[in-house]
Amino acid sequence: MTAAPHDAAGELFELANRGRSRSRHVRDGGEAVVKVVLAGCAGFSVLITALIIGILAYEAVRFFMDVSVVEFLTGTEWSPLLGEEKRFGVWPLVAGTLLVTLVAAIFALPTGLVTAVFLSEYAPSWLRAILKPVLEILAGIPTVVYGFFALLIINPSLQWIAKVVTGEELFGAYSAGAAGIAVGIMILPIVTSLSEDALRSVPRGLRDGAYALGSTRFDTSVRVVIPGALGGIMASYLLAITRAIGETMIVALAAGGLAQLTVLPWRQVQTMTAYMVQIFLGDAPATGVEFKSSFAVAALLFLMTLLLTLAGYRILARFREEYE
Amino acid sequence: MTTPPTAASGGVVTDSPRPATNKVAVIETMTTTPTPNQNQTQNQPTPAAEPPVCIQAREFNSWYGDFQALHGIELDVPTNRVTAFIGPSGCGKSTLLRWFNRMNDTIPSARASGTLDLHGTDLLSTRYDVVDLRRRVGMVFQKPNPFPKSIFDNIAYGPRLHRRYTRSDLAELVEQSLRRAAIWDEVKDRLNQSALGLSGGQQQRLCIARAIAVGPEVLLMDEPCSALDPRSTAAIEDLIRDLRHQYTIVIVTHNMQQAARVSDRTAFFYEGRLVESDETERIFTTPAHRETEDYVSGRFG
Ligand SMILES: Nc1ncnc2c1ncn2[C@@H]1O[C@H](COP(=O)(O)OP(=O)(O)O)[C@@H](O)[C@H]1O
Ligand SMILES: [Mg+2]
Repeated sequence: MTAAPHDAAGELFELANRGRSRSRHVRDGGEAVVKVVLAGCAGFSVLITALIIGILAYEAVRFFMDVSVVEFLTGTEWSPLLGEEKRFGVWPLVAGTLLVTLVAAIFALPTGLVTAVFLSEYAPSWLRAILKPVLEILAGIPTVVYGFFALLIINPSLQWIAKVVTGEELFGAYSAGAAGIAVGIMILPIVTSLSEDALRSVPRGLRDGAYALGSTRFDTSVRVVIPGALGGIMASYLLAITRAIGETMIVALAAGGLAQLTVLPWRQVQTMTAYMVQIFLGDAPATGVEFKSSFAVAALLFLMTLLLTLAGYRILARFREEYE
Repeated sequence: MTTPPTAASGGVVTDSPRPATNKVAVIETMTTTPTPNQNQTQNQPTPAAEPPVCIQAREFNSWYGDFQALHGIELDVPTNRVTAFIGPSGCGKSTLLRWFNRMNDTIPSARASGTLDLHGTDLLSTRYDVVDLRRRVGMVFQKPNPFPKSIFDNIAYGPRLHRRYTRSDLAELVEQSLRRAAIWDEVKDRLNQSALGLSGGQQQRLCIARAIAVGPEVLLMDEPCSALDPRSTAAIEDLIRDLRHQYTIVIVTHNMQQAARVSDRTAFFYEGRLVESDETERIFTTPAHRETEDYVSGRFG
């Protein structure tokens, strides 16, 4: 009786020691190689980022030797390609970007949150199993497709609706509104997916606590789950807005090409990104001031999105702490 | 006269599980009120006059999908007493508790058969208003779960769901609830700060305050102390002893001493069945079943 377990232990010991042992030398050498490879990869992406920022800054500075920073940041007229009197007031481009983004946000932020609440709090698991992949597919559609969609379906629909409602031909062939809605559809999966993650990360115990006090599902969602996930929802909003601001293809196709300072969504606008496309695809000489101007615009755009991204991550980090 | 003999805190197991006879008489008069005089004299020789049944289970079964978690439960939970559920993990204590306020409605696979009455009305009936049930039957969970809101808003959450209050009434209600849960003095200067900043034991008392703020008659507690240190545990136990005469309390516990200290009756569950349910003293001294004796004496398995 007593011998059996002892033997078993002995056998196990023998077995465990049977394998050829890995020498410390080889082990440490492997570790060193891994370290170098990892550091190399990490260094590469840092280097690329630094390079991009460096080029942006360099070209932007060269632009500002021709055009004053004050004119660039305060001017309300942008006509770099027209005639002798070139104007480099960036506001029409910024306004175009903000208008498209605003339309996209008005469309996508509430819709995305409601969808997320539905998915996380209401939908039975089988329905979620269908809807989540559909969202992923939506997120995977190339934006050029959304651009066509805006041009061929959204804008004509808006044209028609505006005609019926006001009796006037408000919309032309391009509009900030149509581009904005298409951008909104594009960022919808981002808002939905990240907000849903945030809602689902609210501990189950909080929902139980709410239900146990007599909350309905709606009470629980609106009074406990959404407030509890607010940080994550805000972060999803900021990241989605960042994507909207940087979106290029949809606006290049559907927003028009005229840089004008307007808040009217049926006008055509030129966004910052669309202007850059125009310059790089167009006939501006690579040495001209208009070519360099696109780098100044790019630098400004980069600053805007950088700030939003940083804000998004800060909110997300604070949100994570809450449930540690 | 209505105040029960206060147990010397610390003298734990000696705390008599049966309250003084005249207290039972008082409860009888309050609830049934036939002829008070006759009632009192009748009760003198028979101290075991039972309080009215609050929750009654008959032929009660429960399933999660195909798995039957509870088998033929027959149980009376007495009004304004503390009933402890004990038994090894997975024997169905939480499942039964969560039927008492229909929390199992939130689990799609959970279903039940048989009857479960709250003061004679079948609470499993689809006609029973779950929101109203949960207002009457409050629950405290194993892990303290304050909302990520201010202390004030945590307590005010339930009342605001069910009624509209004036500002001053609500403030008064919050204060009374916190006082009742013996945490007012610790939080009165920080009502507007987040409840997440409180210690675990304070959070649990906050959750009790939150539960009683909606005016329930029953309090369900599922291992309310298992995530707490001994000092906080003692505070919660004091609180339970304090609340026992206004609320029907059902507490699930893995701690035998705790069951002995705080409860009037104890129900022992084993593998989805109710093995026996009796006065706590009886369960811990002369249980009717062998499994019960093995379990309460720690000789299990
Ligand atoms: N949501 C659930 N789905 C499926 N089975 C469950 C669920 N909750 C509990 N069970 C099962 O039901 C049985 C009783 O569980 P529970 O009531 O939690 O036991 P106790 O509280 O006594 O430890 C266990 O076997 C457990 O695995
Ligand atoms: Mg349990």
